[in-house]
Amino acid sequence: MAFWKSTAAIVKGMLTTLKHTARPAETVSYPEIKRPVAPKYRGRHRLHKTKVEVNGVDKEMERCIACHLCAAACPSQAIYVEAADNDPSNPTSPGERYAVHYEINMLRCIFCGYCEEACPVDAIKLGAEYELADSDRHALVYTKQMLLEPEKFAPKGQFHADVDGLHRDKKPVVYDVKLDPDHDLDTVYKTHAPLGSTLSQLADHSSSRELREASKELNAKGPTAGIPPEHRRG
Amino acid sequence: MGFLPVIGEGKSADKTGSPEWLLTRLVDWGRENSIWPASFGLACCAIEMMAAGGSKFDISRFGSELFRASPRQSDLMIVSGRVSQKMAPVLREVYDQMADPKWVIAMGDCAACGGIFNNYAVIQGVDRIVPVDMYVPGCPPRPEALIDGILKLKDRIREGQGRKHKGTYRDPRADSPVFFSELEKGGARDALRYEPKFDVDDTKK
Repeated sequence: MAFWKSTAAIVKGMLTTLKHTARPAETVSYPEIKRPVAPKYRGRHRLHKTKVEVNGVDKEMERCIACHLCAAACPSQAIYVEAADNDPSNPTSPGERYAVHYEINMLRCIFCGYCEEACPVDAIKLGAEYELADSDRHALVYTKQMLLEPEKFAPKGQFHADVDGLHRDKKPVVYDVKLDPDHDLDTVYKTHAPLGSTLSQLADHSSSRELREASKELNAKGPTAGIPPEHRRG
Repeated sequence: MGFLPVIGEGKSADKTGSPEWLLTRLVDWGRENSIWPASFGLACCAIEMMAAGGSKFDISRFGSELFRASPRQSDLMIVSGRVSQKMAPVLREVYDQMADPKWVIAMGDCAACGGIFNNYAVIQGVDRIVPVDMYVPGCPPRPEALIDGILKLKDRIREGQGRKHKGTYRDPRADSPVFFSELEKGGARDALRYEPKFDVDDTKK
């Protein structure tokens, strides 16, 4: 009796195997076929540009105003920003300052998207690229150039328009930041020169001029000027 | 089979058409298509590593299906997860027990540089204790990203770069977070120069 019972069990098991052999394979042939990433997927970052009208001429500028908010929000300290004052005659960004260095250490980055959330000017966005493996750890510190124009400067085989495009009707996504119509950038820039302000406005913006003058005055008085005596060190 | 590790190290190995070149190509081809990883899951990245081994992604398509339980039978160590100070000697021992030629993939941020765990308990990058051949960023990297890492490693082996041991230890200046501008400046980060607590010399065995 036990013999027939176990034989039936084997047949039953083999039938399951047989049933599954007829089914299409579950495997994704990865390098050839790339599974679409979720629309909310967070991969390699990208810094965006914007068009600003300067003296009636459209000028392409970097959105990043080097406010360091992304670096402050980053839980793994993967972002390094070095700021410099914009040249009023030829500004790099629409704000008061721009990023001279903007580096993201991809090995530190956990792709949480906090930088994206923190950014007041929507300069940094996380994309859909995930094929970042490299044999050199220094190559994984992405510079500003690589983040601004990854198609040109990121290591080969890392920009995948096909992956990006898959979840949007198989068309490559054009990285154009579309802001909400309600999202008023002027309010964002209210502490700085407003977006789209002319050059003379940019150079003469009150908050920056006042700050500059105040700091000049303090510097002239010496390093401890402006600090109450009880708070001074040494 | 003892002669296999020395193949490709002779003078005529890079001379196209020579018998040693032919043998080297053949051996490289064989090695490239049978990278057996060691079963060495450490943390959450291991879940993605298992997914890469499963039927959906199936790294056996590239000859890496056999996660070996013994380091003696494995060629590749996928360090998948953060390595604590306590685990570090174990990891190094497993690496030492693997037969040459051997490769290491630092999978995920924690293995590569400590990730968000910038504290005393976690080794800030596994390349401080073993030479790493491939870094796979992500937290954790999706299975495709790991497969991408393995494919890039395969390319290296095919080109002969994996023949002689080419993995790298950490540049002591490159303490995390490492940034080019700071490397150029030197200075501040040099203070964090790492000194290994135990022997990491490959030649002493």
